[in-house]
Amino acid sequence: MKIRLRNPRREVEMAGPLRVHVLLDRLALNRESVLVIRQDTLVTGDVLLEDGDEVEVRPVISGGGA
Amino acid sequence: MKCRSCRQPAVIEVRRHNAGFCAGCFLRHCREQVARAIHDHAMVERGDRVLVPVSGGKDSLGLWDLLLDLGYEADGLYLGLGIGEYSDESRAFATGFAEGRGLSLRVLDLPAEHGFGIPDGAAAARRVPCSACGLSKRHLFNEAALEGGYDVVATGHNLDDEAAVLFGNVLHWSTEYLGRQLPVLPAARGFVRKVKPLIRLGEREMAAYCVLRGIDYIVEECPMAEGNRHLGYKAALDAIEERSPGSKASFYLGFLERASHRFVPDATVEQERLGPCISCGAPTTGEVCAFCRLVEKAHAAPAPRSEAVSVGRPRRRARGDA
Ligand code: SF4
Ligand SMILES: [Zn+2]
Ligand SMILES: [Zn+2]
Repeated sequence: MKIRLRNPRREVEMAGPLRVHVLLDRLALNRESVLVIRQDTLVTGDVLLEDGDEVEVRPVISGGGA
Repeated sequence: MKCRSCRQPAVIEVRRHNAGFCAGCFLRHCREQVARAIHDHAMVERGDRVLVPVSGGKDSLGLWDLLLDLGYEADGLYLGLGIGEYSDESRAFATGFAEGRGLSLRVLDLPAEHGFGIPDGAAAARRVPCSACGLSKRHLFNEAALEGGYDVVATGHNLDDEAAVLFGNVLHWSTEYLGRQLPVLPAARGFVRKVKPLIRLGEREMAAYCVLRGIDYIVEECPMAEGNRHLGYKAALDAIEERSPGSKASFYLGFLERASHRFVPDATVEQERLGPCISCGAPTTGEVCAFCRLVEKAHAAPAPRSEAVSVGRPRRRARGDA
């Protein structure tokens, strides 16, 4: 499956099936700091992603100090 | 995972509440949290005219949407900061949101109206960009609210922002800032009331809210934020949150409940020394306010090298819609 990442924008391929929380562990991402979106809908950590899924991992942190 | 309210499949887990939510119940949860913050802190009254400064990001656009949804009368204000492509893109998201919903959005532009952008202004004043940016936003939002006859300015600071600011204030024992780190700053001579209705929602919740509401927002980070202290505090707090969910909320909401009032005296001393800026009339503790000093320094500095090919510096124009 194709995984779209941001900051910087890039794409990685991963083999399914794969649980969302396993995907985040492999990418070394803190689950508090991202959302996972599959085909335009949000998915929770226990969801099984399949080959052929379009997945976006979107960071949620914004940095304005003021 | 199932929704805690209706047992439908969940689309988001909020570990702080130890709960999953389906889309419908999650949106209701967000509205309830905002309604509760507004009620608990008497932020906005029915009939108040609210000005929402929008950056094109998830928090401010989500806040605007939530306030309208809760039945408040809220207009938007976009301020172009002159941060290259980032500013162009963020403006497109702000105007796109307003146009798509037929909302009233005033657009201001720092370079067009004051002759400098944040990167150059900060360099000229030898300030970090976020500090020059923060003081410009505070000044111009307040000024726009006074000009437009608004009762209140509502900003998109969320629980994570406030927890990170609190972390920094405690780390340095900035008691004056602690005394002012309140979800409501009441109106005072020359100041419109300022409120932060998102203090009960984290930024992950705000991002999810926007995704589920179909709100298009700028996901890219402002390039000036990189490496700022605020982001470091957020990362530190997120590492704690990951191990013990709810830490950020108990840190910040506990501060509001049990500690913030102890620091108020430290902040009021400063308040009492306020007088009008001799240049623009805004309240300030000095003779000239911080924004006018920034403008002065930005104009005095030689043209930045990146603009060396352009002819001269942009001239200051009269204030008004850009
Ligand atoms: S990150 Fe800093 S410079 Fe960028 S918009 Fe936020 S406060 Fe301004
Ligand atoms: Zn539900
Ligand atoms: Zn001034």
